[in-house]
Amino acid sequence: MGRIQLKQVQKKFGEVEVIPPLDLEINDGEFVVFVGPSGCGKSTLLRLIAGLEDTTSGTVEIDGEDATGLPPAKRRLAMVFQSYALYPHMTVRKNIAFPMKMAKMPQAEQDKRIEAAATALNLTDYLDRRPGQLSGGQRQRVAIGRAIVREPAAFLFDEPLSNLDAALRVGMRMEISELHKKLATTMVYVTHDQVEAMTMADKIVVLHAGVIEQVGSPLDLYRAPRNKFVAGFIGSPKMNLLEGAEAAKHNARTMGIRPEHINISKTEGDWQGTVGVAEHLGSDTFMHIHGIPGCDPLTVRAGGEVDVKHGDTVYLTPQPEHVHRFDAQGLRIA
Amino acid sequence: MSRAITPRKKIMWTALAWGLGLLIFFPILWTFLTSFKSESTAISDPPVWFLFDWTTENYSAVLERSNYPLALMNSIIIAVGSTILGILIAVPAAWAMAFVPGRRTKDVLLWMLSTKMLPAIGVLYPLVLIAKYFGVMDSRILLIVILMLINLPIIVWMLYTYFREIPGEILEAARMDGASLKSEIIYVLTPMAVPGIASTILLNIILAWNEAFWTILLTTVDAAPLTKFIASFSAPEGLFYAKLSAASIMAIAPILIMGWFSQKQLVRGLTFGAVK
Repeated sequence: MGRIQLKQVQKKFGEVEVIPPLDLEINDGEFVVFVGPSGCGKSTLLRLIAGLEDTTSGTVEIDGEDATGLPPAKRRLAMVFQSYALYPHMTVRKNIAFPMKMAKMPQAEQDKRIEAAATALNLTDYLDRRPGQLSGGQRQRVAIGRAIVREPAAFLFDEPLSNLDAALRVGMRMEISELHKKLATTMVYVTHDQVEAMTMADKIVVLHAGVIEQVGSPLDLYRAPRNKFVAGFIGSPKMNLLEGAEAAKHNARTMGIRPEHINISKTEGDWQGTVGVAEHLGSDTFMHIHGIPGCDPLTVRAGGEVDVKHGDTVYLTPQPEHVHRFDAQGLRIA
Repeated sequence: MSRAITPRKKIMWTALAWGLGLLIFFPILWTFLTSFKSESTAISDPPVWFLFDWTTENYSAVLERSNYPLALMNSIIIAVGSTILGILIAVPAAWAMAFVPGRRTKDVLLWMLSTKMLPAIGVLYPLVLIAKYFGVMDSRILLIVILMLINLPIIVWMLYTYFREIPGEILEAARMDGASLKSEIIYVLTPMAVPGIASTILLNIILAWNEAFWTILLTTVDAAPLTKFIASFSAPEGLFYAKLSAASIMAIAPILIMGWFSQKQLVRGLTFGAVK
């Protein structure tokens, strides 16, 4: 079981309020991702759940029990750190065994679980090495192994992939997702990378300046962002936000349209502009179009083989069913 | 970036390194050789290198004329005593500064180091007066305390740099893994801190062993360590090179042997934790 509830949790460092009182519910078995720009308080929130930081006010409940005053050791949570935080003086085997040793688990059971974890994470050949002799990806696996053997109520991940190179990151992303499917244990995952959030999460929590901007499934956030911040943060490339006359035509202060929801033509369309930089990715082409009133440049996603050059004149038409509208406060108009 | 190293260059550098090494080692070698010569051979001109009548009479003479065991015992007690006392004070101090630094931690550290810039002679008279007042002149306890105070800034600095190298996330990981404060200290902190403490102890024993200013000035007989023992052979009867050499060799041998066996730890200590 791993149900986590935050009730009016607040955190201040001295006079600075990093997290104004917030409520959040994480259900048993869910994969929840905290995402937001750096300094938005997502790591602090995770550390509040872990017990590595004290809440200024409010309560943290784990499986219905008040855990606010409990030390990290008593919360039955396991954490994977950005720096892996392996014990450098212990072998991989001892690193993985450490939480079980702390729990005074019988040796036979420990050995069994180490074997199982090592097999699942491809670490069998490295059990007698020290962390210093492993690559970044292997260290990350050891950190995960150390977390799973204890069968915790929930896993906490603090930007676990940001020290890995791009190729390895994609691989580990899949491994963590598969691990979640297999274990069906609650996972709380912090990242600043919205692609990681979209691909892994059951539920995304978008944070901005310590405030929860929106909670929902990846596709919910993509289809119906609650405000301009979420609209701009979720999705890649970013949603185009237009103000002024174009927005007014849709009875909104701001009009939003994603790059993939704009039709492009060389002959006719609602808006006329000139092609600036075109990024050819092979499968897609991202074009930056200049000259559209209210948004410069405007990004458009087209097919990979599209035949346009720098300086060409093009016509754009937003797909009406995909237009997002926001009011003066930046909130979504239904 | 890798530079090509030609065999010729390699030979040149190797020769240079050996040359420098021998140059540094030469005084010890010469002292060693002289200690086995007769007094007349010791001052012969041109000097004799290896072809002389090797004799151990200097050693017997030195042992006969002075109390070597007492000086050796004093050296050991003073060096080890001041180190233990210093470590007991410095570990908590460095610990606090490394793990819970305050606004003034850096200033305190710099201030401590600045006391090393004070000329020792400047505090000689006040210290002699204080020692006399307490009746502890020529006592081991006085030297233990003084040498501890003299080396304390260096001990604190060394330990501070070592402790700073222990990443906070590892301690947090231990907490998440269910470790109590006690287990955290036993299984995680101590193993990571021990190599640093060990090098600090070694270096400090050497510093205390070789300290000559205070040991020579504040002792006469009872607490006189090996430094005083060497000095007593240079005056006032005139210089006896061979006996002085024998005394020197006997004084530096214990620390040289200890240093030889703990080279690896020592090098790490001397680089102040900069090399991992």
